[in-house]
Amino acid sequence: MAKYILQRLGYMVVTLYLIATFSFFLMKMLPGSPLRAKEKLSEAQQLIVLEKYGLNDPVPVQYIKYIGDLLQGDLGISFQMKNQAVTDILLNRIPISAQLGLYALLIGTTVGMLLGIAAAIKNNSWVDYSANFVSVIGISIPSFIFAGLLQYYVGVELGLLPIAFWGTWQQAIMPTIALAIFPMAIAARFMRTEMIEVLGSDFIVTARAKGLNETAVLFKHGLRNALIPLVTVMGPMAVSLMTGTLVIEQIFSIPGIGEQFVTSVMTDDFSVIMGTTLFFAFFFVFIILIVDVLYGIIDPRIRLAGGKD
Amino acid sequence: MRKKNWFLVVLVLMLSLVVAACGGNNTGNEGTNNAEGNTEGNNTEANNAEGNENAAASDSEQVLNITEASQIPTMDSSMATDAVAFQFLGESMEGLYRLDENALPIPGIADGEPEVSEDGLTWTIQLKEDAVWSNGDPVTANDFVFAWRRAVDPDTGSEYGPFMMNDVIANATEINNGEAELEELGVEALSDTELEITLAKPIPYFHSLLTFGTFLPLNESFVTEQGDDYALSTENLLFNGPFTLENWDPTGEDPEQWSLVKNTNYWDAETVQLEEVNVSVVKETSTGVNLYTNGEVDRHPLSAEYVEQYAGTEDFRSLPEPTLFYLKMNQGTEALANQDIRKAIAMSVNKQDLVDVILANGSVVSNGAVPEDFTMHPETEEDFRVINGDLLTADQEAAKEHWQAGLDALGVDSLELGLLGGDTEVATEMDAYIKNQLEGNLEGLTVNVSSVPFEERIARDEASDYDIQSSGWGPDYLDPNTWLEMWTTESPYMTMNYSNEDFDALINEANNELLTEPVERYDNFLEAEKVLMEDAAIAPLYQRARAYLWRPDVQGVVFNPMGADFSYKWAYIE
Repeated sequence: MAKYILQRLGYMVVTLYLIATFSFFLMKMLPGSPLRAKEKLSEAQQLIVLEKYGLNDPVPVQYIKYIGDLLQGDLGISFQMKNQAVTDILLNRIPISAQLGLYALLIGTTVGMLLGIAAAIKNNSWVDYSANFVSVIGISIPSFIFAGLLQYYVGVELGLLPIAFWGTWQQAIMPTIALAIFPMAIAARFMRTEMIEVLGSDFIVTARAKGLNETAVLFKHGLRNALIPLVTVMGPMAVSLMTGTLVIEQIFSIPGIGEQFVTSVMTDDFSVIMGTTLFFAFFFVFIILIVDVLYGIIDPRIRLAGGKD
Repeated sequence: MRKKNWFLVVLVLMLSLVVAACGGNNTGNEGTNNAEGNTEGNNTEANNAEGNENAAASDSEQVLNITEASQIPTMDSSMATDAVAFQFLGESMEGLYRLDENALPIPGIADGEPEVSEDGLTWTIQLKEDAVWSNGDPVTANDFVFAWRRAVDPDTGSEYGPFMMNDVIANATEINNGEAELEELGVEALSDTELEITLAKPIPYFHSLLTFGTFLPLNESFVTEQGDDYALSTENLLFNGPFTLENWDPTGEDPEQWSLVKNTNYWDAETVQLEEVNVSVVKETSTGVNLYTNGEVDRHPLSAEYVEQYAGTEDFRSLPEPTLFYLKMNQGTEALANQDIRKAIAMSVNKQDLVDVILANGSVVSNGAVPEDFTMHPETEEDFRVINGDLLTADQEAAKEHWQAGLDALGVDSLELGLLGGDTEVATEMDAYIKNQLEGNLEGLTVNVSSVPFEERIARDEASDYDIQSSGWGPDYLDPNTWLEMWTTESPYMTMNYSNEDFDALINEANNELLTEPVERYDNFLEAEKVLMEDAAIAPLYQRARAYLWRPDVQGVVFNPMGADFSYKWAYIE
């Protein structure tokens, strides 16, 4: 197991290096500079400013410098926020997005699982149909629509919860719900399908035959086996939450990393775009690793590292 | 055993969450009921905590809550280039002069009007003795010398420093080019309270230029001591303006909220009525509108789709800006070198519909090269636009005649022209409208629109790589020259190959012989604009306005045509 994880960490570094390289050159192909008043500056003045950011060097030299700094954990200085280090900007925003994403993932999948289980047990009843209805809505309607509706009806019309910003737990409720809708719907659909399949399989019949009570059958034997595919989709789901935060943070004015990413793209803030891209990439690769490790814990049949242990 | 525990934990977690969130996922309404049940107790508390703001608006406590569309990119006056930075620099710092409600400079740190030598080159300004920084240091003449030198110093890498000071302050250009020492800059502290400025030439608008953010003073010992950390957050700043900037930290826990708090050490503190201005970054118009509706903010800008909904209500305010939009026509192309073709293009766009339907935010039609409400005639005090009137108006019939004459002269019966524009929603919508208008009115014309990002548009502009370009300009100083000099043959901004000797001569005279003759100089600008419009060098489209939801009891906010958009120094809540 340890060997396997080490190996995977090695791959992670290589993947991140490749992503850094690709994004660097892709970004260099786009127009964009720290100059904010370019149309008003003479060429000589532009050169002076660009020099400060090391942008007069040939691109390969810039690349080597960038990777060198990256190895030391230095993501450079923002083009837009004068003199602010990108690492400082991101470090305070990551926990906010992580908190929001984690809430949404926990609530979304838990509620989704329950809906799915209920639908599977009461297969083809009204419970099943309504659970199905909810998940179809959750999948087909984008989160920012929910966000807008919640904000208007709950925030303005009813005045129950704060409309925007971040800090108190009340402020976290609406963005979490808006963001949790999608993972909930996905989880419900997977759970229902798997549960129905598992409940119809031989070992469940055996379990019932040996006189286990229904709860044990459902949760110990049924749920555990039905969970595997869900864990598989959890990875991509966590990633879809990352993209979800881009919009949700913007709508609720939450100072998270997603909102910063949108802003940096809009303002051609090269170093911040690179920093956030790398962070998202790291997060994605890390999630995949976690999912793979979780397989082994949930399903002993899946042996990591080529089944040597 | 262990595994059993693991499942127990999951179960408990799931069950506890059923209650909290199950209903919330059915429909929006059920969710709210649930939330009500759970949060009732804390709700009032929450309202109190964050909504001092709320109460303030109604009790006429002197607290203003506003939104900004982005964070402050920098509070370093040498590095600032954008509206948000100049806004908060303007409130928390004060330069020699400040613009009043008529956009005229009035004394700030300066004690009275400047003493100007006869040749207009030497300005001597006395400073107030009671002006202090927030650390208690007096604001001295040296603070200005230090700040201005820093702004033109090539090592600083400032964009606006050289842009505002080159060819204005003596030796600024030379220093920026590395041909002169920093100490040779034309600004000198004769004593702690006496500043002498030497100009490169007698700039007639220098007085109002001194209100601009780049000319703010900096406390030398503080800035030097902070080094690279200067202006990174509230802690690394000193203030000398009507307000101090509090809780501003772009890398802190809440990078998107900050406040202006009344500066009791400000020399004119008794004039300042607002105790606090709380600012939050809100990027979504709908969110801002919701916050406004709930009374949490007192001002939020509106985008076009909301204007219709709120126009005419007492909360709606539309503020015209001195920013012009027009079509640049590249006269390096054979077709656009023809004056009739240019006139046809300039006259065929229905500008009234453009501002009423496409923009719908209070923008006004522009029929000249200088905006309205920008400068007044030095003698008659009439607005530039009022004196010169409408010079190039929409007239589809005349456009068709010019078009035919132009086609005949070129010996063709159809033309294909490119239209270069931005890629924002407003820009693409507008360019589609222009294409439609041009093709509809001018038979045989095909317009190919290219919508590109801003940087790309500027790059193509600099390379003169366009036929027609949808473009705009904001002023850099309060003088008609900021709108006209760029259309001279030798201007670095001349990318459309327009050249008219008469126009060049008028502008040249205005910027040399007539520098000390304000009336004749102004007449030159009036004349030059007529020449420019007669040539249809550019096709003016509209002057932008910004629409706001604005609490009616907020009074006395001054709207500036340049520099900081607003001044809150005289603002109060009724």
